[in-house]
Amino acid sequence: MQVYRWTLTMALSIVHRATGIALYVGTLLLVWWLVAAASGPAAYAHVQAFAGSIIGRLIVFGYTWALMHHMLSGIRHFVWDLGYGFKANEREALTWGALIGGIALTVLVWIIAYAIGGGR
Amino acid sequence: MSASDTPKRSMRTPLGRVRNLGAAHSGTSDFWRQRITAVAMTLLMIPGLVIIMMLLGRNQVYAAQTLSSIPVAVILLLFIFASAWHMKIGMQVVIEDYVHNEKLKLTAVMLNNFFSIAVALASTYAILKLSSGV
Repeated sequence: MQVYRWTLTMALSIVHRATGIALYVGTLLLVWWLVAAASGPAAYAHVQAFAGSIIGRLIVFGYTWALMHHMLSGIRHFVWDLGYGFKANEREALTWGALIGGIALTVLVWIIAYAIGGGR
Repeated sequence: MSASDTPKRSMRTPLGRVRNLGAAHSGTSDFWRQRITAVAMTLLMIPGLVIIMMLLGRNQVYAAQTLSSIPVAVILLLFIFASAWHMKIGMQVVIEDYVHNEKLKLTAVMLNNFFSIAVALASTYAILKLSSGV
């Protein structure tokens, strides 16, 4: 680890793993939501209360970002699997694309969510 | 290393050379399934987000009704199946990379299987229960 100069691509490789692990744990939220929906109004109200709280919103926002970033970063890996994008400038462009795209998509999803959900 | 650096250029990619190989001729099956499930989830991302958006701020009665509709249930089941499989493989790679104690590693891999299967089954059960309306 100390031998190599850190590059963005290396750092983002770790972030891909970290977001993957976060999403792994975060599936518990998905399970909770679905099981609550199947259980009844009281259980569902608990999920809604949590998701609507400040901490809940922060967690779901973080989860959204982890999902969007992991997806775009994964598409980047897919491009590499297909044998493209290995030149230095291409690597950098793909990596920046995943980083900025992940943030942009997260913000976009939340703007749409507030536009739709805010009125209900 | 890019393909153009190789002196003797083969039409076969490194991936092409290892495909269908391994002791059981299935050494790359996890690699391949990881890609299938990833592509599946990418394709399901927009319908999945639409379902979430439909349910924002709605009560349980509306949510239960929506989740029990056939297209919604099928999209969610596909997503759950793909994500449970994907995360099981992904976490196993992480465990195998960082856990070097054999017993600890096997325990972690086993727990990973339990967790992933539990997530898949609990979610599937919930959706099927909603769909059957009991």
